[in-house]
Amino acid sequence: MADLAYHQTPAARIGRFGIYAVLALFALYYLAPLYVMVVTSLKSLEEVRNGNLLALPAAPSLEAWSTAWSSACTGVECSGIQGYFWNSIKMLVPAVALSTLIGAVNGYVLAMWRFKGSDLFFTLLMIGCFLPFQVVILPMAQMLGFLGLENGTARLVLVHTIYGLAFTTMFFRNFYVTIPDELVKAARIDGAGFLRIFFRIMLPISLPTIAVCVIWQTTQIWNDFLFGVVFSAGETQPMTVALNNLVNTSTGVKHYNVEMAAAIIAALPTLCVYAFGGKYFIRGLTAGAVKG
Amino acid sequence: MGALSIRNVKKSYGNTHILKGIDIDIDKGQFLILVGPSGCGKSTLLNMIAGLEDISSGEIHIGNRLVNHLPPKDRDIAMVFQSYALYPNMTVRQNISFGLEIRKIPVAEQKAIVERVANMLQISHLLDRKPNQLSGGQRQRVAMGRALARNPTLFLFDEPLSNLDAKLRVEMRTEIKLLHQRMGTTIVYVTHDQIEAMTLGDRIAVMKDGEVKQFGTPQQIYDTPANLYVAGFIGSPAMNFIPATLEEAEGQAIVRLDNGTETFPAKLGPLGTAQRPYVGKSVILGIRPEQITDQGSAQADQPNLQLIRAKVEITEPTGPDTLVTSQFNGVKVTARCHPQAGMAPGQTATLVIDPSKALLFDPASENRIA
Repeated sequence: MADLAYHQTPAARIGRFGIYAVLALFALYYLAPLYVMVVTSLKSLEEVRNGNLLALPAAPSLEAWSTAWSSACTGVECSGIQGYFWNSIKMLVPAVALSTLIGAVNGYVLAMWRFKGSDLFFTLLMIGCFLPFQVVILPMAQMLGFLGLENGTARLVLVHTIYGLAFTTMFFRNFYVTIPDELVKAARIDGAGFLRIFFRIMLPISLPTIAVCVIWQTTQIWNDFLFGVVFSAGETQPMTVALNNLVNTSTGVKHYNVEMAAAIIAALPTLCVYAFGGKYFIRGLTAGAVKG
Repeated sequence: MGALSIRNVKKSYGNTHILKGIDIDIDKGQFLILVGPSGCGKSTLLNMIAGLEDISSGEIHIGNRLVNHLPPKDRDIAMVFQSYALYPNMTVRQNISFGLEIRKIPVAEQKAIVERVANMLQISHLLDRKPNQLSGGQRQRVAMGRALARNPTLFLFDEPLSNLDAKLRVEMRTEIKLLHQRMGTTIVYVTHDQIEAMTLGDRIAVMKDGEVKQFGTPQQIYDTPANLYVAGFIGSPAMNFIPATLEEAEGQAIVRLDNGTETFPAKLGPLGTAQRPYVGKSVILGIRPEQITDQGSAQADQPNLQLIRAKVEITEPTGPDTLVTSQFNGVKVTARCHPQAGMAPGQTATLVIDPSKALLFDPASENRIA
């Protein structure tokens, strides 16, 4: 391979250069908004108003960040987005954990312990993947009312867990059907039962799929706005709703630097999850799709 | 009463009958082979013995216990799978001791058992590796180790050698046989390979379409196959089936072999009572390739040898023998000759045939005329 690269014909070299040039251009194009967000958040309001959008900050300062975090106004209240950030975390962690775990059990049953009608059940569940959020709002509101669940965070955990199950079940089921069922047979002969096989064998070998579910669910739940705005109010609203309120607060001048800082803070968790879990994401998505 | 007793066991899914009434009995320490083509129901039967599939009707007894409704873990069995089914997240040591751990065997004892099994299978140096760091042969040994650790009444093997390359397969085959001789365990072994069946088994059940076509010792199955199917399935190269008409002369059963230009009457021996109704009717003569050979290889002390001439169509040297194909009664007939016998395509060769060892089959029922 290395030899081949050194002995490329000039035409091939030009072609390769062209490919990289195009890729670089697209990367620039996609990174530009992030760049603008970062530099704007580091500028003072004065500089934002008078300067160039793309210019680097003359005197970089984290003031906008601290304002966004602790004293920006979201509606009538002016205590920053920190409380809402923790709201989102408190909603995210249990919702991701629950939907991943239940999805794993579902997938394990649908792949390894087929029952009469299990394929139909899986098909119906798949429809859940195609349902837009808006469709489930009304029935979900009725169900939450019926359950008498008052706390906004708890309501969102339940809603996101249920809505995410279709996806997590599909991920795990599609991974487990690639595992030879002789593995389960061997464990049954060894004396292991349903739960022991799941926790001792199936779950430990599903790390890539767990990574996929965690990334997928984190992105979905953290970024969700609609469920957040519908099923929670006031104190318990998640980050996305607070960000919206912050940006739409219409009194006084527009603090673009604060808004940009708040938006970056809002995007950070998902960025981190991709940075740390990205390679597992691809590996998990393609697991079973190709041999080896 | 035996170690394993299968009585009129049936398996159906709706109107599809996978197993149509299986009866097999083996004693403690015997090595039973279930052999047949894919789809004959042999693996289903093994899974039913293991308790991994339900029994539609009939009874299965393991060590004098009716096990129909016992779950796999209570049947006192261990199983080796074709894909080895090693737990990928566990080391070899954990793989072997998993079953012991579940059975709450004290840790010190678990350790001793793992050591003993690992020594026996020469995998002691692999105990801390994960299955994906092992070769196919090593995985096979670990899978056997996991089964041995439990020391069950009955061992079940589901085509354990199919995933190995040819050389390793022969090695492991010998090793399994050695292990069986040393430990005296009772084994049920599923395979589609008739050579594995012949070399390993004490008892062979030849299966087809959910039925046992014949159950017996390897030599019985080879020498006196019950029907055309068994006769053709066991033995390589396969038995020659030559259509002919049974005749009688001076109390002797005779069939005529026609090589296209000449006809040779082959004397099969005294006409038996079972053969008498077939006189004058068409039968199928079954004769194994080693019963047709060159003059040099024939054992002269056999009293029934006869000479025939054949037009050699093709020769296939296998090393120890050369397979010579010619035609009799319009079908291809294979003879097993010495490589130095100088057979060449196109020539007319003189072959020696031992018709007294030939078998007759009814063309309609396909059963042997005994």
